[in-house]
Amino acid sequence: MIPAAFEYHRPKNVQDAIGILVEHGDEARVLAGGHSLIPMMKLRMAAIEHLVDLQDVDGLSGISIDGGRITIGAMTTQHELITHDGLATAAPILREAALQIADPQVRYVGTIGGNVANGDPGNDMPGLMQCLDASFTLVGPDGTREVAARDFYEAAYMTERSDEEILTAISFNATAGGYSYEKQKRKIGDYATAAAAVLLQKDGDTCTGASIAMTNLSDTPVFSEAAGAALTGTSVGKADIEAAVAAALSDIDPTEDNRGPVEFKRHVAAVVIARAITRAWSRA
Amino acid sequence: MNDLTPTREERTAKLKGLGTSRKRVEDVRFTQGKGNYVDDVKLPGMLHGDFVRSPYAHARVKSINIDAAMALPGVIAVLTAKDLEPLSLHWMPTLAGDKQMVLADGKVLFQGQEVAFVVAEDRYIAADAVELVEVDYEELPVITDPFKALEPDATVLREDLEPGADGAHGPRKHHNHIFLWEEGDAEATNQAIDSAEVVAEEMVYYHRTHPCPLETCGSVASMDKVNGKLTLWGTFQAPHVVRTVASLLSGIEEHNIRVISPDIGGGFGNKVGVYPGYVCSIVASIVTGRPVKWIEDRMDNLMATAFARDYWMKGKISATKDGKITGLHCHVTADHGAFDACADPTKFPAGFFHICTGSYDIPVAYVGVDGVYTNKAPGGVAYRCSFRVTEAAYFIERMIEVLAIELNMDAAELRRINFIRKDQFPYQSALGWEYDSGDYHTAWDKALAAVGYDDLRKEQAAQVEAFKRGETRKLLGIGLTHFTEIVGAGPVKNCDILGMGMFDSCEIRIHPTGSAIARLGTISQGQGHATTFAQILASEIGIPADSITIEEGDTDTAPYGLGTYGSRSTPVAGAATAMAGRKIRAKAQMIAAYLLEVHDDDVEWDVDRFQVKGAPERFKTMAEIAYASYNQAIPGVEPGLEAVSYYDPPNMTYPFGAYICVMEIDADTGEHDIRQFYALDDCGTRINPMVIEGQVHGGLTEALAIAMGQEIAYDELGNVKTGTLMDFFLPTAWETPNYTTDHTETPSPHHPIGAKGVGESPNVGGVPAFSNAVNDAFRAFGLRHTHMPHDHWRIWKTANDLGLHG
Repeated sequence: MIPAAFEYHRPKNVQDAIGILVEHGDEARVLAGGHSLIPMMKLRMAAIEHLVDLQDVDGLSGISIDGGRITIGAMTTQHELITHDGLATAAPILREAALQIADPQVRYVGTIGGNVANGDPGNDMPGLMQCLDASFTLVGPDGTREVAARDFYEAAYMTERSDEEILTAISFNATAGGYSYEKQKRKIGDYATAAAAVLLQKDGDTCTGASIAMTNLSDTPVFSEAAGAALTGTSVGKADIEAAVAAALSDIDPTEDNRGPVEFKRHVAAVVIARAITRAWSRA
Repeated sequence: MNDLTPTREERTAKLKGLGTSRKRVEDVRFTQGKGNYVDDVKLPGMLHGDFVRSPYAHARVKSINIDAAMALPGVIAVLTAKDLEPLSLHWMPTLAGDKQMVLADGKVLFQGQEVAFVVAEDRYIAADAVELVEVDYEELPVITDPFKALEPDATVLREDLEPGADGAHGPRKHHNHIFLWEEGDAEATNQAIDSAEVVAEEMVYYHRTHPCPLETCGSVASMDKVNGKLTLWGTFQAPHVVRTVASLLSGIEEHNIRVISPDIGGGFGNKVGVYPGYVCSIVASIVTGRPVKWIEDRMDNLMATAFARDYWMKGKISATKDGKITGLHCHVTADHGAFDACADPTKFPAGFFHICTGSYDIPVAYVGVDGVYTNKAPGGVAYRCSFRVTEAAYFIERMIEVLAIELNMDAAELRRINFIRKDQFPYQSALGWEYDSGDYHTAWDKALAAVGYDDLRKEQAAQVEAFKRGETRKLLGIGLTHFTEIVGAGPVKNCDILGMGMFDSCEIRIHPTGSAIARLGTISQGQGHATTFAQILASEIGIPADSITIEEGDTDTAPYGLGTYGSRSTPVAGAATAMAGRKIRAKAQMIAAYLLEVHDDDVEWDVDRFQVKGAPERFKTMAEIAYASYNQAIPGVEPGLEAVSYYDPPNMTYPFGAYICVMEIDADTGEHDIRQFYALDDCGTRINPMVIEGQVHGGLTEALAIAMGQEIAYDELGNVKTGTLMDFFLPTAWETPNYTTDHTETPSPHHPIGAKGVGESPNVGGVPAFSNAVNDAFRAFGLRHTHMPHDHWRIWKTANDLGLHG
């Protein structure tokens, strides 16, 4: 559990950080909270020659709510997400999900940017960001671009971000209606056996909009358009929920690990999705 | 006397002796981060060692090239088996009569096995150099299943052993077989079972797990070549035994070896044995002339140091149709891994597993244990239990439940009609133990009443009906356990470790001003000895516990002892402490009589003083006596006030308890919710109720972990699948339920203060209580037995196999 030697960089601004990334290419990685990267380095599963610590870079932290649009700096910690009053009103699902990430010690240090940028299918925020239809701001040597969370993830640890780019911010619209982030895990600090993020809008007894995404049930987060469509226009009865669950299950591809075999994970996924829909609907 | 004269009660309270919930004196430094652990030992010029470990579970080592590692600046040495061979240290004896490679000698037998030891100027260079050692392996077939290991054409694992030659415990019937150990009357048992009205059979697997102390293992060896003395700091649960073993292995005379166990961050059996890291740090220090530190990381600890359990227990239990048990038969296939490194008293290769008749009056019984080699890490230690006692308790408490199903009888009632009665103690068990004392019915009735047992069963039945009607997906399980432990090893006549009798010791020195220091042969790893042993002494010699220093763990100062494991500290060293205290008191009586100018027999002990019989206003306090012992010439009495006692217990002690777990299980997700856990412990005389409660909470939490998810799992190639705390379940406060503790008090008749030991009871009783709750939840749907650990997917699978998912 001793990492190989590395060069430590601590730039003051984004441009300097990008300069280091450009200079060293894939031998360099940015460090946010470090809860994924540092263990990988200590296990010598990641050999990083140049570690670029972002904690002194100005302008990467904080939560702003402008009209209906929420923007969160990449270096904002999970703890800050949990304790931000405005966010609790504008998008309460974020707080609900962040409270299910690890433990308070981890959440004081772990960041939303690191969580979404690392591309680990076990992380909770990527699925949630797809549910929210969030947009990620990427800054690189050629300027700034926006990539939708739903287009960002390619495979485990493989994302749309290039080696020279830094994910600086996340933005999405304030939510309305019912919400739920439901997660089954073996213990505190564990990745999900299965987790689901659900947002539902309601008009009278009818569901007018639904967004459903899942965590750790494929090698990327899974946004299930079909699952949402199965609920839209219905009154979210038992059969409707079953239809949504069936649609969601056809979009996932879990693998066996110490949490259990595929058959079990699919069963738990069905339960978790149904519970998330039921709870979100009760709040809509 | 006047109003200011303290009353007898006030004087007693001031001592903070037996029965006082005195706060732990150790916690002041631990809670401030001021403990002193092995890794805190920093010596001038100290070097750091790290291991090259095998990535394979079974492979021939064709060559080891250390050139690139040696070329790295800061690397001092790279030791391999070839370097240790001239010293005959490439193998070492195990506590179980086997031998174990210190560094790979031609082949490796488990993943994580030590192959080479790198010594470098700092820890980082050592880790880099480990990567540079080139080892050429040739993979060999891997066996992780002990039953497959015994198949006729199974690969030979231990090529160093003569095929067909006897092992340390008698004949070996196969090249991968270690021993067959038997106890009891097989013929009579088979007869009882064959002629019984009802027989229940079950294979009960107690899976492989690991003690996982928060502090991993480590050592610092410092060989002083000028005076020839070796000082060894380490995570040792038995420092004196380590000194003797180190002397025998190294040839250094024992007086030139000083072993120090500083603060230890939990042991739970993991720190009883001797590990290659200790040997390598010693050799490296001898070779380099500089101190050498070796500290494991978490993955090293889980992968390579001593595991626990891994017992396949095939049971048969017979009874009359009314439920009176008539016989018990058990055959165990015991997976010992690559080397037999179990930490048991020498004559007991399966520990005290033959306590497996439990709390029940069973007329005949038989136990046979086959030890088997596989390509897994060695060990088989007593993880927070006396030797194999948790396995035994789990076995009998599962068999009772299975028998209750076979009889269609309530499991609480089945226990009640089979308990050893109070008037049967001392009780001779069918497997040869003499249970010293017990009152099981009283404890059982108290426990059942405390949880409202009858109402719980009604609620459970109602919930089953609701489940069948589709109104709930939750099931209620009621986990019952009545366990009997056997701790306090042990009588020297049949218990030894490497020939050292399992006595223990205490040496007391009373200072002139009336305070004291006591040194013991044990070593606390968190049990709170500095707190509780001072309390035993306070009650014996009338000096306040706050004025008594307890010191352990330095072999240059402490009397010889066999260390701390198997709940033996209180039964053995605690007894030695009381006996040494009584020697102090005997001498103090003579001094007091002299000072009071009366005959020795005319004074009597009263709390903290000797007083003249019939004239209590004439007295000498222990403080006054202590002072006199140093400054007065007393005819016929040597100056000073000291005593030492080596205590050889006449018998083990037999703590017991009644635990009940009420658990709700989600049939769809396999999740559980522990609604209630009631733990009644009878550990005899209670020295410090608060420390007992802390021990019970801690032990129950480890039991929770083991029953509900903790395991060392291997894939078929022998790769460890649970080598980090992501996958190895170590509960946090979040996963830990509330516990209700309770007690009865049945003192041990042979222990000087009647104490029995409690640290391990909650693990021994807790595991079956949790597991029985899971099994019980599914009883109404036809389940007889499902194996631990009861993690989500295994519970889900049980429900699925029973057709509960529609």
